Amino acid sequence: MQSDPAEVKKTVRKYFMIGAALLLFTAITVAANLIHLAVPLAITVALIIATIKGSMVAAVFMHLNHEKKWIYASLMLTIVFFIVLLFVPLLTISDTFGTHISAPGAPAHGESGQERKD
Amino acid sequence: MNIPYTVETRPDTGLANGKLGIWLFLASEVMLFGALFSTYIILRTGAAEWPHGELSVLLGAINTVILISSSVTMVMAWASLKMNEWSKHRLYLILTFVLAGVFLVNKYFEYSEHLALGEGPWASTFLAIYFTLTGLHGLHIVGGMVVMAYFIGPGAKMAKTSPEQFTNRIEYTGLYWHFVDLVWIFLFPVLYLL
Repeated sequence: MQSDPAEVKKTVRKYFMIGAALLLFTAITVAANLIHLAVPLAITVALIIATIKGSMVAAVFMHLNHEKKWIYASLMLTIVFFIVLLFVPLLTISDTFGTHISAPGAPAHGESGQERKD
Repeated sequence: MNIPYTVETRPDTGLANGKLGIWLFLASEVMLFGALFSTYIILRTGAAEWPHGELSVLLGAINTVILISSSVTMVMAWASLKMNEWSKHRLYLILTFVLAGVFLVNKYFEYSEHLALGEGPWASTFLAIYFTLTGLHGLHIVGGMVVMAYFIGPGAKMAKTSPEQFTNRIEYTGLYWHFVDLVWIFLFPVLYLL
């Protein structure tokens, strides 16, 4: 984190450059959406661009490219918990991926409401 | 009684208390939005089909441009204070406040359009998660605007009585604001494009 006014003055240009780069990446994201890529590729491209943009905001605007170790330590802990939060719930349903689940009382998938003959 | 380490750094952490405090708060915010993103993934992977193209990409892209611009003006509000340029600081902070307001107006029109068509959060799983995520994000925008309004108005007095502490407060406000921008950077492709 810069504390010297002269040092801050040097970074002003960088802030505007990063802002311009973020706008450019936004335009690329929208343009990529217009191409109608296959869904897995579209998701990958959109999330990679979002991650690049997010990293730029965190590193430059939030000054994470030169912070104290206590900040990094608290963020590392957050990232670990964030990953757990994202993936642990998925494990609870991992054995049912791709399985159609009907609401209670609704006709089962593929039966079209007809009664089953035993 | 004075609160210690509001300006000077603590010898053990090398940070002022407010700095570590705002980062711990942002860590809790990551978990809050993380829980909702996790919910979104579960709902989407479990859905037999997922709607595509229900939201206006143009409005979403305009709001992305607005928030990115507001992040630039916010960091410039802090940098101007560091460079002792008071009038520029005021200009950039007011600009950030106005851009946040424009974001909400845009969001209002977007919500109105959906609700007029009967597409409320009750209409589908996608719309439920859309309104929840963007609604919570919108509340964060309102929270940021309240803080900015305070520093544009009555809170600005501190710049004369304790300029360093005021600069720190603007920095912490900026950290929060950039986080709100960061969340939108992920919300936009996830909700509007995929």
